[in-house]
Formats: sequence, structure tokens, C-alpha cells
Amino acid sequence: MIKLKRQHCMIITVMVGILFFLESCTAVKEYQKNKINDGEMVMGRRKIEKSEMSFQTYREGASGANGGKTGGGCGCN
Amino acid sequence: MKKILFTAATMFALLQLHAQSPVDSSGFKSRKLKVEEINLVSSYYTQDGNNAAVTGGIGSEKLTDISNVFDIKLIKYDKKLNKHSFDIELGIDHYTSASSDRIDLKANSSASHSDTRIYPSVNWTVENEKKRHTVGIGLSSSTEFDYQSYGANVNFAQKTKDKNGEFTAKIQAYLDKVSIILPIELRTSTSGSGRNYPTASRNTIAASISYSQIVNERLNVMFIADAIKQDGYLSLPFHRVYFTDGTVHQENLPSSRFKVPLAFRANYFAGDKVIIRTDYRFYKDDWGIIAHTANIELPVKITPFLSVSPFYRFYTQTASNYFAPYKMHNAQNQFYTSNYDLSHFNTHFFGAGFRLSTPTGVFKIKHLNMFELRYGHYYRNTAFNANIISMNLRFK
Repeated sequence: MIKLKRQHCMIITVMVGILFFLESCTAVKEYQKNKINDGEMVMGRRKIEKSEMSFQTYREGASGANGGKTGGGCGCN
Repeated sequence: MKKILFTAATMFALLQLHAQSPVDSSGFKSRKLKVEEINLVSSYYTQDGNNAAVTGGIGSEKLTDISNVFDIKLIKYDKKLNKHSFDIELGIDHYTSASSDRIDLKANSSASHSDTRIYPSVNWTVENEKKRHTVGIGLSSSTEFDYQSYGANVNFAQKTKDKNGEFTAKIQAYLDKVSIILPIELRTSTSGSGRNYPTASRNTIAASISYSQIVNERLNVMFIADAIKQDGYLSLPFHRVYFTDGTVHQENLPSSRFKVPLAFRANYFAGDKVIIRTDYRFYKDDWGIIAHTANIELPVKITPFLSVSPFYRFYTQTASNYFAPYKMHNAQNQFYTSNYDLSHFNTHFFGAGFRLSTPTGVFKIKHLNMFELRYGHYYRNTAFNANIISMNLRFK
């Protein structure tokens, strides 16, 4: 029960933090995005990480929330 | 290696044809279908451990896997200047596995010691640049000797007015068939053989929403929430479980599973040469697994075209309610598995990537826009180790 309360507190703290964070956003014009548009700044997983994500999905109990597949393929071995 | 070189040569030839397309220089958008980019990703993966699920939580987990994924992206504009993107992918994996070989305990090298998986997919998205939204659909399949999967997805994305934020939603569905190949000692006359085994269904539906926001000129963040529901035959038929009394059984897991992963990502461009890529994921499911994943990668730009990226990933999970090691389950248990992928463990994954990207062509090859190499070592505290090396060639 104590654990659950701690989790709730953590989630609320994170949510409040996110709100403050988004509130502090500045409008970035297209011509100011040269760093944001850098190839290494891409938010999703890169193609070279595809096989890594695949074996981690098979070898670990958790999956998802990484932009990859959430089903399909056996991963039996 | 010959196959990789042949594929690379084919891609190069395709791009030579594409090079004749007119260049967009004055806002004019050609309505012809043209090649945006071609990727070839090859990986070599090897693992070893001593807790194979096929032999009830004991025995070699040695496995090697070679994968090649060929991906081509085509784009065209329609009359209304909507951008159509077609992403066509073909992946082929070939693996050899010591544990699969032990489905038949007497065989030194049975039919199941190796297999090939083929997984094509097609995705089509339409982007309305004026209204800042994108809609897309996709189809995929994955075929192995004992497993067939068909997938479909629909997705939608909407950018904010200033194009600094983007909301995306995606629904994926997978309809799978598992061949019921039993451990050799549990087979009866009706268990099937050769290529004729009975099958069971496994269905997955996954909903995903995310929001990404450019916070300032250097910082980009993203929130992701998924909900995944699986129904059907979720065990694997050839996984053995040994009870305390020494009897052997087939793994038996519940016929439904609900998973909720939540993730947060932040990428920060520090100074002019260092990028800090971070992400954290919280995961919980109704089989009793709670997991945390934290990842950090630090790409350092040695020159504007060359970067080196060390990375480290930490993962921890609690055990599933249905897991127990070799000879620890008993007849009182309704569900049981000795698959260590569902046990309590921590993992460390670390390594580095090397990326070369020049506008004039890497290694003086005109259309080879990017070359990337990445190595990672994976350690799990169940005495399990793995290594993976991957290469990405991108042609533009």
C-alpha cells in the first residue's frame, strides 16, 4: 500500500514537472532548427537499433513504448 | 557477404536511375514517384547462457542470428500537393539455436536447430503539409517454420500550428498462428510430425499515443504511452517445465496478457559537438512483471561528418507470477514456466556506434549518404551474455 502511494506521488510529481517544462517552451522558428534537425537528434529509434530492439524484446519481459513492433514474430529461442 | 555486396550494388544501380529525376530548387514539387532513400541494415547477434526454456530452465542458450533488412522509401506529391510516402521493407533472419535443437533430446542436430524468418512490410502515409497532419496504413507479415504472423496498422499525426509539437496515435493488430510442436517425450500419435502440426491462435492489439515537443533550439522531448492486449495461446509449446516430483510438462501460461509501457525521451544538443540522448521506460503487465529501462547515448561529433556514440542501457524487471526455476513448480500451480526471460533480473547493455555521413558520398561513393557501425555487449545477471554488431548503409 505504501508502495502504491509512493508511485502515485511520483507520477503526480512527474506530471507537474512536465507541465512546468512545457510552460517553459519557446517558439522555435524553422531557421533556428539546425541543431534540432541534426541526424543524431531524431526522437525515434534509428534503423541500426532495429535488431537490438528485437533481441531485447525477446530476452526481456517488457516491450513497447519504443516505436517498434509490439507483436508478430515468435522469438521462441 | 556476397549477398550484401549484391544488394548494395542493386541499390546503387537504382539510385543511378533515380539521379535522372529533376532537382527541386524553386519550391516546385515533382509529382513523379521518386526514391527518397534506401537502407540496408545487417546484424550479427550471438548469445550464450545456461537457462534454456526448452530444457526446463537448464541447458545451453547458445544462439547465433544473422539478419539483413532492406528498406526503400519512395515519395510523390499528388495534385493537392499532399506528400505520399511508401516504405517497403524486407527482412530475412537466419538463426541457429542449441536450445531449439533440444526439442528432441536425443538428436545431435535436429530439424529445429536452425530456421529462417522472412518479414516483409509495406507502409503508406499521406502528409497534408498545409493542415500539418499525416495519416497512414501498413501491412506486415512474419514467417517462420513454426510461426506465422500477419499485422496491420493505422496511424495519425497532427503537428501544432508552430510545428514545434506533434501528437501521434497508432493502432496495430497482429494475427498469429503458433504450430504446436511438443517436446519429443510428450508427443502422442495425434501430435503431428514433419510439416503437419496443429496450430493455435495468438492475437495482439496495441494502441499507442505519443507527443513530441521542441522545447528550445537545443532540446526536444517526447512522451509515449502504449496499451497492449494479447489473447490466445501465449505459451510456447516446446518449453519444458520440470515439477518437484521430476515429471515433465509443457509450459502453461494464461491465455491473455495486458501490458502498459510508458516512456519519456529527451534529446539535448550541448555546445556544438555533443548530443545527449536519454530515455526512460516504465512497464507493468498483469502477469506480475514491473520493469524499468533507462538509456543514455552520447554522440560526439569529431568532425561535422563523423560522430562516435558511446551508449549505456540499464534494465530491471520483477519476475512473472508464473515463473519458477528447474524442478520448483508443483501440481498445485495452475500456470507455470521456467523461461528465464520471465524471471527477476537486471541487464546492462553498453557499446559504441560510429557514424560517417557526407553530402558528397561516403568512401567517394556518390549516393552512399551514410555509413554506420554499432557494437553492443549485453549482460544479464542470470549468467547470460550476448553481443551484437550492426551496420547501416543509407543511399540517397
